[in-house]
Amino acid sequence: MRARPWIIIAAAGVVAFGAIALVLTFAVAPRQIGQAVGVASIGGPFTLTDDTGATVTDKTLAGKPYVMYFGYTYCPDVCPTTLFDLTRWIKALGPDADKLSYVFVTVDPERDTPKLMHEYLASFDKRIRGFTGTPAQIAKIAKEYRVYYKKVPSSDGSYLMDHSAIIYLMTADEKFDTVIPYQEKDTAALAKLRDLVATAPSS
Amino acid sequence: MRLLSKLALMAVLLAAAPAAFAQAGGTSKINVEQPWARATPAGAMTGAVYMTLANRTNTEDRLTAASSDVASKVQIHEMAVVNGIMQMRQLTDGLAVPAGGSVTLKPGGYHVMLIGLKKRLIAGQTFPLTLTFANAGNISITVPIQAIGATNSGNGGMGKMEMK
Ligand SMILES: [Cu+2]
Repeated sequence: MRARPWIIIAAAGVVAFGAIALVLTFAVAPRQIGQAVGVASIGGPFTLTDDTGATVTDKTLAGKPYVMYFGYTYCPDVCPTTLFDLTRWIKALGPDADKLSYVFVTVDPERDTPKLMHEYLASFDKRIRGFTGTPAQIAKIAKEYRVYYKKVPSSDGSYLMDHSAIIYLMTADEKFDTVIPYQEKDTAALAKLRDLVATAPSS
Repeated sequence: MRLLSKLALMAVLLAAAPAAFAQAGGTSKINVEQPWARATPAGAMTGAVYMTLANRTNTEDRLTAASSDVASKVQIHEMAVVNGIMQMRQLTDGLAVPAGGSVTLKPGGYHVMLIGLKKRLIAGQTFPLTLTFANAGNISITVPIQAIGATNSGNGGMGKMEMK
C-alpha cells in the first residue's frame, strides 16, 4: 500500500486532541466517573445564532438535557451519517425524545449560514436545531466543548474541515454527561440517550 | 458426470453474473463494480460516490480524475477518523488500482467527492459519472443514489430505519 503522508502528519498533529478524545471516550464515559471527576471543563456559556436567525445562548438550552454535535454541511459522509443516526435514535426514543434538545453546531460558520443550516436540517428530525455564529463565537464554543476543528485548504482554493466526530450528551444544568463516539452501535447509543433522559428534571 | 458439468456450468454463470452487472464494458481494463452515491440533504453542496474498482490487467492503474454533470468539481478523496477526529484530503496523485487487484471506495474511506452540487441527489434516482484512469482512459458509468443512511450499494440501506 502506498504511503499516505497526510495521514501520518495529521495523526501526529492531533495527538493532543486525540488524547482528549480517548479520555472522553474511554475514561469518563461511565456517568459515575464523569460526575466524580466533574468534567467541569466541558461546556460553558455561548452566544450563537440558530437556523431561524434567532440569537441563542447556553441559557436557551438550560432546563432540558441536550445532545450536541459539531460538524459542517460541506461534509459528504460523517456528518450526514451522524445526523441520520441521530434521527433514527430520536425516533427510537419515542415520546421520551421530547425530554431532550438536539443541536448541530457548525464548525464552518463561513459557509454554514442560518438559512443553509435550516434547509439542510429539514432532511433530518425536525427537533435537531442548527447553531452557527461568527468565527469567533464558534471558536469560543468549540474551545469550551474541547472540540477540535481546523480548516484545511484544498488545491482548488477552497477548504475542507478536520473536526471532532463526537456527539456530546449534556445534562439540564449544562454538565457533561457522556459522549457517543463515531460509529457507536445503536444499542449503546440508545442506552446512553435513555440514561440522559432519566436525568431530565421532572416538569 | 452430467451433474458435475451442470454444476460447473452453474459456477461459471454465477461467477460471470457480477461482471454482467458491472457498468463498464466487457473489454475495459478496469471494472467499475457496484457504484452508488449517498442521497444528499437539502442545500448540501457536496456528495460522495463509492464503488469498487477492479483492475483486470497486469499493470497498476490509477484513478486520476472524474467529472459529472451534477457537480461543478469532482475530486478523488480519502477520509479517516483518527482518535475521534474526522479528516478528509484530496488525493492529488489519484488513487492506485493494483495490478490484478481492486480497491474499494466506501463510507469512512476513499470516495469520489462531488463539489458544488448542481442538483440535490435524491434516493432512487441516478446520475452519470466519468472516471479517468491513467491506463484505462475514460469510463462512463451511471451511479444509483441510495438513501442518506445507506452504508453500501445494497438495498439494505434503502431508506429503512433499521437498527444496527
Ligand atoms: Cu471528500
